[in-house]
Amino acid sequence: MLNIQNLHAKIGGKEILKGLNLSVNAGEVHAIMGPNGSGKSTLANVLAGRDGCDVSKGTVTYDGQDLLKLTPEERAWAGLFLAFQYPVEIPGVNNVYLLKAAVNAVRKYRGEAELDAVEFLALIKKKMKIVKMQEELLNRSVNEGFSGGEKKRNEIFQMSILEPKLAILDETDSGLDIDALKIVAEGVNSLCNEARSIILVTHYQRLLDYIKPDHVHVLSGGKIIKSGGSDLALELEKKGYDWIKEEVA
Amino acid sequence: MTMTNHTDNVADLVRKEYEHGFFTDIETDTVAPGLSEATIALISKKKEEPTWLLEWRLKAYRHWLTMADPNWTQLNIDPIDYQAISYYSAPKSKDDKLKSIDEVDPKLLETYEKLGIPLQEQMILAGVAVDAVFDSVSVATTFKEKLADAGVIFCSFSEAVKEHPALVKKYLGSVVPAADNFFAALNSAVFTDGSFVYIPKGVRCPMELSTYFRINASNTGQFERTLIIADEASHVSYLEGCTAPMRDENQLHAAVVELVALTDAQIKYATVQNWYPGDENGVGGIYNFVTKRGDCRGDNAKISWTQVETGSAITWKYPSCILKGDNTVGEFYSVAVTNNYQQADTGTKMIHIGKNTRSTIISKGISARHAQQSYRGLVKISKNADNARNHTQCDSLLMGDQCGAHTFPYIEAKNSTATVEHEATTAKISEEQLFYCRQRGIKEEDAINMIVNGFCREVFKELPMEFAVEAQKLLGVTLEGAVG
Ligand SMILES: Nc1ncnc2c1ncn2[C@@H]1O[C@H](COP(=O)(O)OP(=O)(O)OP(=O)(O)O)[C@@H](O)[C@H]1O
Ligand SMILES: [Mg+2]
Repeated sequence: MLNIQNLHAKIGGKEILKGLNLSVNAGEVHAIMGPNGSGKSTLANVLAGRDGCDVSKGTVTYDGQDLLKLTPEERAWAGLFLAFQYPVEIPGVNNVYLLKAAVNAVRKYRGEAELDAVEFLALIKKKMKIVKMQEELLNRSVNEGFSGGEKKRNEIFQMSILEPKLAILDETDSGLDIDALKIVAEGVNSLCNEARSIILVTHYQRLLDYIKPDHVHVLSGGKIIKSGGSDLALELEKKGYDWIKEEVA
Repeated sequence: MTMTNHTDNVADLVRKEYEHGFFTDIETDTVAPGLSEATIALISKKKEEPTWLLEWRLKAYRHWLTMADPNWTQLNIDPIDYQAISYYSAPKSKDDKLKSIDEVDPKLLETYEKLGIPLQEQMILAGVAVDAVFDSVSVATTFKEKLADAGVIFCSFSEAVKEHPALVKKYLGSVVPAADNFFAALNSAVFTDGSFVYIPKGVRCPMELSTYFRINASNTGQFERTLIIADEASHVSYLEGCTAPMRDENQLHAAVVELVALTDAQIKYATVQNWYPGDENGVGGIYNFVTKRGDCRGDNAKISWTQVETGSAITWKYPSCILKGDNTVGEFYSVAVTNNYQQADTGTKMIHIGKNTRSTIISKGISARHAQQSYRGLVKISKNADNARNHTQCDSLLMGDQCGAHTFPYIEAKNSTATVEHEATTAKISEEQLFYCRQRGIKEEDAINMIVNGFCREVFKELPMEFAVEAQKLLGVTLEGAVG
């Protein structure tokens, strides 16, 4: 599904990713952990095609194609979804309106008929139940005045509607209360199947109590310095990152 | 440039088509450039005006001579040579018109297409001979009959001078006096035509006075004069302009619009202005200096201005309300877009005179590339305006870092019971917002559109539905490629 080889990326001339390798197969859940500033969000942004993240070396193939050649929207059409660490507010743009435009853009790309208002509403109603999204939030401007947790939940709601092939969740668990965490985890789990892959960027083991990762990676200094199974996360929770850094050094 | 003077062509054609319609025939010659009492006398004579109107024009002219070009605005204007302008030029003859749509500038057609303007209207707007393609005479006739049944007078200004002289004499200059400002004085001296509307007591105008304009495309003279009178307890909604780009060989436009709302009357006046703004380097383009003012003359009257300004090289415009009667309401909703080297200085004045008067100002300014934009608003609360209330909200959106937005709110409150609120914000379309939309699969240009329209939503919802949709598209076309 996704294969990253020796990825180097710069932001504003500063090298952030320094030879990162990662391979994700269809149906797998990968967790990426690592200290603040180690490059986790940068990786997510590079994969989603954000301007200003310049790839200087390395390759990324996604679903058999060169991901780095695609524009951000083309990546979205190809089923890549990024739940942002800090979802941006867009005043005056209705949440449902944006979502409908997004769904129809993807459908158009796939050569499917666009959903009309009635069909779309039915879809929304169905998905709202899954992530227990309040109707009131849907009719507000995108993320405007949303609490931190509401923003995160909105990201998951969007994800459940867009049904991506590869979802990258950048610290979607941060700032969630315990109930919300469970709901978000259920949302993610309900999406899991053998055709879908998920990359979870997180600082906390507790999310992994609800979503079982197949692989856990430690990103530090712009590289994956250690990979393991779900018990690695438990170990990190107890011991922090220093011991790995020493081990690698 | 093959596209000049379409607007006059259209007016001419429409005039011919509607021999007995809203327009009267005008002689087809041109007065030599230059401005003097003799020129004015000639204009007045050609239009067969009564003596009082000639006197009125001459008085305005004499006053104009004593006035100086306004230079207090934020605008950067080359001096205008008023002696180089021809003050009476008749529309071009049919021979000058394009024979078919193939002769029209493809770029212009592309814009029309993006705006979703029907082919028939495209041809009219582009200046293709209308009689070949246009069969809406019956539509216009139906409108006219409907209006006549309701007792509504809607005609050209010239016709009103001839047919309804008492009304014209009573109200002309009663809102914008001839000596009001430099451009109003000039307009009063030399105006050639415009529109006249009278809604009788208790009548709710049976249609938006807009469809008519869409079909006629334009009657934009260089010095246009509009007078709308809503008699007691009457209602009217008037829509000026067109979303399609208007090209015109006249560089200077100085219109005057006067609205009079008597007791319990309501006037809603919406404008979409999209004149030629000049090219990317700021060459060419129209100077648009307009004086628009509404007078809530009777108690409980309400006047509301809504404007979407995307065109012109230079815009200088402050639609205003005089809230004379008690409990009167004034509203101003504005979206102004400036791109490339456009400059705009717009805003409003709300003059609270009566008791319990209320005004609302919502101004949305969007600047891209090198454009400069100023909002200039005056809220004046007179001594007797007990419990007057104003709410002003001024938001600017910048696209790129070479453009500018400036806000100049002036408040003069002479009554301590008044409440005046002012809010101002400046924002940028952020790379973050665009990326967010694109990550969700929305194309960059659609994303820009969506964000800009979101920013303008409060104003667009004041426009008639069909027009709001057009205005949204217009914004997208105007700002194409402005980010990134
Ligand atoms: N626009 C930028 N200009 C300069 N440096 C940047 C920019 N964006 C990110 N960086 C730097 O890149 C490094 C990696 O940032 P990134 O956001 O990827 O970290 P992270 O692993 O997601 O951290 P956190 O756990 O705190 O979210 C940091 O040192 C950060 O300061
Ligand atoms: Mg991060």
